[in-house]
Amino acid sequence: MLANTIAELARSLRKGEISSVELTRAYLDRIGQLNNELNAFITICEDQALAQAGAADQRLADGDPSPVCGIPLAHKDIFCTRDITTTCGSKMLANFVSPYDATVVERFNAAGAVTLGKTNMDEFAMGSSNETSYFGPVKNPWDPARVPGGSSGGSAAAVAADLCAMATGTDTGGSIRQPAAFCGITGFKPSYGRISRWGMIAFASSLDQAGPLSKSAEDAAIMMNVMAGLDPRDSTSVDLDVPDYTAELDNSLQGLRIGLPRQHFAEGLNADVEQQVRDALAEYEKLGATLVDIDLPNNHLSVSSYYVVAPAEASANLSRYDGVRYGYRCDNPADLEDMYKRTRSEGFGDEVKRRILVGTYALSAGFYEAYYRKAQQIRRLVRQDFLDAFKEVDVIAGPTSPHVAFKLGAKSDPVAMYLEDIYTIAVNLAGLPGVSIPAGMSNGLPVGMHLVAGDFQEARLLNVAHQFQQHTDWHTRRPALQSGEG
Amino acid sequence: MSWETVIGLEVHVQLATRSKLFSGTSTEFGAEPNTQANIYDLALPGTLPVLNGEALRMAVRFGLAIDAEIGTRSVFDRKNYFYPDLPKGYQVSQLHYPIVGRGSLTITLEDGEDKVVGVTRAHMEEDAGKSLHEDFHGMSGIDLNRAGTPLLEIVSEPDLRNAREAVAYLKKLHSIIRYLDISDGNMAQGSMRCDANVSIRRAGDTELGTRTEIKNINSFRFVEKAINYEVLRQREILEDGGRIVQETRLYDADLDETRSMRSKEVANDYRYFPEPDLLPVVIDDAYVESVRASLPELPDQKRERFAAEFGLGAYDAGVLVSSREMAEYFEQVVSICGDAKLSANWVTVELLGLLNRNNWEFDESPISASRLGTLIARIKDNTISGKIAKTVFEAMVEDADEVDTIIDRKGLKQVTDSSEIEKLVDEVIATNPDQVQQFRDGKEQVFGFLVGQCMRLSKGKANPGQVNKVLKEKLK
Repeated sequence: MLANTIAELARSLRKGEISSVELTRAYLDRIGQLNNELNAFITICEDQALAQAGAADQRLADGDPSPVCGIPLAHKDIFCTRDITTTCGSKMLANFVSPYDATVVERFNAAGAVTLGKTNMDEFAMGSSNETSYFGPVKNPWDPARVPGGSSGGSAAAVAADLCAMATGTDTGGSIRQPAAFCGITGFKPSYGRISRWGMIAFASSLDQAGPLSKSAEDAAIMMNVMAGLDPRDSTSVDLDVPDYTAELDNSLQGLRIGLPRQHFAEGLNADVEQQVRDALAEYEKLGATLVDIDLPNNHLSVSSYYVVAPAEASANLSRYDGVRYGYRCDNPADLEDMYKRTRSEGFGDEVKRRILVGTYALSAGFYEAYYRKAQQIRRLVRQDFLDAFKEVDVIAGPTSPHVAFKLGAKSDPVAMYLEDIYTIAVNLAGLPGVSIPAGMSNGLPVGMHLVAGDFQEARLLNVAHQFQQHTDWHTRRPALQSGEG
Repeated sequence: MSWETVIGLEVHVQLATRSKLFSGTSTEFGAEPNTQANIYDLALPGTLPVLNGEALRMAVRFGLAIDAEIGTRSVFDRKNYFYPDLPKGYQVSQLHYPIVGRGSLTITLEDGEDKVVGVTRAHMEEDAGKSLHEDFHGMSGIDLNRAGTPLLEIVSEPDLRNAREAVAYLKKLHSIIRYLDISDGNMAQGSMRCDANVSIRRAGDTELGTRTEIKNINSFRFVEKAINYEVLRQREILEDGGRIVQETRLYDADLDETRSMRSKEVANDYRYFPEPDLLPVVIDDAYVESVRASLPELPDQKRERFAAEFGLGAYDAGVLVSSREMAEYFEQVVSICGDAKLSANWVTVELLGLLNRNNWEFDESPISASRLGTLIARIKDNTISGKIAKTVFEAMVEDADEVDTIIDRKGLKQVTDSSEIEKLVDEVIATNPDQVQQFRDGKEQVFGFLVGQCMRLSKGKANPGQVNKVLKEKLK
């Protein structure tokens, strides 16, 4: 039951096969059994979850039509939640309780979903392995010696290990898609502006985007129906009609043109991962799609551009953590400067400090033109590459990551870690929707396939992902976890 | 040796919106500390700015009033620095693409000539909170009520040549923002703040000298004093063969001097970059035209109209329009009494004198425009003389009754009854035979003395015109 999709659980709840309270208890039990090992959750809110589940059961009895009513979910600990700590994976906010709910949280609450807890993440979403979390790394459910990816590693691991039915995440350079690939689940990043950022703790404001981590593309569509839409509190959220994302899932892929960027099937890509992805693409041909080789000529510049823009924005976004109003403050500051210096030295981890330094440097007088402005120019070129490509093809496909999940501690060099997101980062720079879906296994570990569509073509992208899942069963594979369901 | 002073002003005007620039919090002045700061103002994680449309409208109103280019696409930037009363660790401001571009305004110099002063730009930004260093025993208190209040920073060209021009510019700016109703312009409360960039150069030089920036000047009078002090200071240094250091200086009103701020407080790299939480502000012609249509008559236009419509001289018209309240008061007075010149005199001399002596604003005047209009009307219809009117005016300060009631009660009504006047004249002729004889002998100056005697006898109440006429007839 716990491995079921939202759609399946929603049917069971309505048939009375199980109540939301029972379902919630079952997930809480499983979290109790497995979280010590996986470290997927930072905070588990049992009492609140059961109270929400009770209320959801009443709503279900009253005929509530929401597909997520009574469905237990986990929120990445980057979304502000009233009355529950919101740590953002940092010592800086280890004691922070937000007085308000993020829009994403508010929408799931309004729809009757049940919040099981808050999931672990790289500190301030800065990382690709979940190893930068102040609360310790998350373990990959497929192999606890390996990372789950990051930064939404806790959410990805929780979904993969059936600790929840669905989870929220955020994606600034690949932080939903890469952990989804490493954990063998579906991770969806919508177009920039599609989901409100209100209440989502900022890393890099022009790149951050919330999205679902789920057991199927259909579930991602169901979650998108809850999450997407204009929010007047976020000036960058987009005033576009929100379609029913489930409506087009069954559309035929006959005649679909899929572009394969040569730059994503090049040096650095693990041979077996490439084979798995090519085999998956062959499935699409069977469904009537055609594969076309394309070029994204500026793709190789995207990581460099990203690691100027994102740290620059982060350096300002993280200035508010100064020990004055909330969060961590050092003991016995001698004076104001001492308070700033020690609060921030002690409150932030190394990776966060590294990015603040890089960002501050890139924006400083005399370097702005060479770094920040240049990076923004590259960003426009990267986006133009995609716009040009979408004149020829409907979606773009390739591997999500150059390899499968790596071992904890394997990547100690920051730049090697930054290259983890080489296929995903350009999509954030361009503001486009992207999804990672399970597409094969390599040595017992999941391989993710990355699909990208044009601006606000979320429904099309979900349709393409869903059709693959209708004809394959990679997304139904689950890691063999010792505690199991028994 | 002859020196030329070059001054440019940076003026921060607090826009009188009901809520803050990027949050819905009230901007009302004087609330308990930190009661007007919401989650965005406190920079809680996850909060985002939403631009206040009214602040934008006010900025555009100002731009149109000074005939400036309006930025059709203006961009907000983050200005980064750490300070406890700056909750986000950056101030949202506008660097490269301000909402208001180049414009100008006209000031009137002491010799009556007009001078056009260039305005480089004006941009929107949020105010910081306040640090309170007293009452906290070795610590500082932070009040974030002001944090996020909308400011319009107005930057002038270095077109001003002495402290009095700078004050005239500042007063004109003050007048315009009050006319536009976009700020109360209260310098003492900080809703209008002025920094002055001051340099001097030898007369005839075209290169600018090294400038200093004087901060913390919070009244028109201090602007003049601070600049004069700074000009003198720079002159002494240069005449002694020294060099001016480009720096920020603080004006100390108590000591009437400027002094250098510690370099640590000013040597900042603000690392500006575009604010990613806000989209560029794009405004179209229709928007600009709708704002233009809502503009009130501005001081320069009003001055021209007063000159044309009422036949007032440039000086009188200039004084009357210098504040919107005075201009409106004046027009109301004219509408009641029908005599613009008399109204102008009474408003600019008697009334303004009264208000200035008591430090009253127009809306605090004990003499309303309608009462002053009636008073002038009574001069016109010969109920009282101009001289008696001043007595009535004085009485009106304390007495809120109608003008006619006061005149009646005090018995100040002019004597116009011809038999009464004949009686007065007869009495004066009878008691001043010598002077009467002198007049009849051709010494015409004595006539004035005799009129004066009649007026005195009537305690000023006799109609001077009638006295003249009757006296002339009786002396024939």
